[in-house]
Amino acid sequence: MTSPQYASEIRAPGKHRLLLAGSGSSLRSHEVLHGPVTRYPTARRGHVGHFIAPIEDSGLRGRGGGWFAAGTKMRAVAESAAARRKAPVVVANGMEGEPRSHKDAVLLQRSPHLVLDGIALAAATVGATATYLAIHEGSPVYRTVATAISERRNAGVDPVPVELVVLPPRYVASQESALVQGVMGQVAIPAWGKRPFEQGSFGRPSLVQNVETLAHMALISRHGADWFRAAGTRDAPGTTLVTVGGAVQAPGVVEVDTGTTVSEIVSRAGGASSRVQAFLTGGYGGAFASASFADARWSPELVASAGGVVGAGVLVAIPASACGLLETSQIVTWMAAESAGQCGPCRFGLSAIATDFELLAAGQADPHLIDRLHSRLGVIPGRGACRHPDGVVRLAASALTVFAADVGMHLRGHCNRSAT
Amino acid sequence: MKMTVDPTVCAGNGVCHELVPELIALDEWGFPILGTGASDRTAVEVPRAIATHAKRAASACPKLALKVK
Repeated sequence: MTSPQYASEIRAPGKHRLLLAGSGSSLRSHEVLHGPVTRYPTARRGHVGHFIAPIEDSGLRGRGGGWFAAGTKMRAVAESAAARRKAPVVVANGMEGEPRSHKDAVLLQRSPHLVLDGIALAAATVGATATYLAIHEGSPVYRTVATAISERRNAGVDPVPVELVVLPPRYVASQESALVQGVMGQVAIPAWGKRPFEQGSFGRPSLVQNVETLAHMALISRHGADWFRAAGTRDAPGTTLVTVGGAVQAPGVVEVDTGTTVSEIVSRAGGASSRVQAFLTGGYGGAFASASFADARWSPELVASAGGVVGAGVLVAIPASACGLLETSQIVTWMAAESAGQCGPCRFGLSAIATDFELLAAGQADPHLIDRLHSRLGVIPGRGACRHPDGVVRLAASALTVFAADVGMHLRGHCNRSAT
Repeated sequence: MKMTVDPTVCAGNGVCHELVPELIALDEWGFPILGTGASDRTAVEVPRAIATHAKRAASACPKLALKVK
């Protein structure tokens, strides 16, 4: 049984769900708040568990960046497993390779058992015989998560105990095909032509879900699809976590209904701390958007139509004092170094555009730089084993548009802003 | 018939472009661009008329990164 206060809080519009106060990281505090952990019966081999129905009805979409329908993905894994006669694997993605995102760490720190409930639900639904939770080396949540997992193991609540996997903290290791390799002890770099839901860890169909998605699933199984849809937009229902950074008074992770305006999200983070000239949206593989983006509503399609990217929920306010081109140069340089170096266009292309941006930001562009840069930005995408280069190109291209006035200044050798 | 290149295996030798320039362009670093699709340029449909050239290119790839199926 849960408290009457919980019942009203979890149903209150505009309130927290994932980040509900008092959740606590222990199994006991979790069960006191959210009610006892369900012992989900594992689906029979070759079948999809009936817990999939509320997930499909809820319209939940993946919060790792792709916003793919969570129910559809689970069904694809279960069907692929049936066709191949192999037991599937569930991999919870808590890697958070995007440097500007902290939502997964905050969630795992505050409510690890919500994520672990979601893993148990997903495992039962697809009939998985192995489950993993992947975090990166040096993750601040290691101790909390390891404790939560051993608590559940000792209490015997999960038919398939979760194994904690710690992988190197590189950007591309979060990518699905990289992650399923990392889980099986191989180098976590993207693979080409192998789709995890068909051939993932140990050659088995693998369900890779972001930890926030799994936490939502745990709440949907408790409160139902209608409850979930009571918050957020019709096309991307529910609440979602956003890491708000840059020129705001209280940088951090907020939970908002999808469809909330960007300006409201900024005020949830204490409001702007200085004049904002632009936003970095979606992280280092996302896009810059101009100041008018403040009016946009936070859902994947609505943000995209306003020139931004929701991705894994990153929103950074760029102050008027910062040089957008210098910021871009630093990001592209960092992202180029994060390339796994497997694919030519990424390995050589990203460092080439990093150099272009470095020269541009320093006011040392040659007369052909802009044409060359545009041509490179056109040539690189769609040619890698993963979307890492595509994301960097999108970010770089958006910088040339959003900071167009600065580009003009820099081509004449001037910059009247300083770096943040 | 479809031609694909595994970009993780391709080393940019450029032999494929020499043999089927109709289907494969090279970028400034010598790596192949297949077709003109926007989101996926690691695969391209092979017209029947140049199927023989395409197969020859696949078998000539020093890394066996190019496949025709």
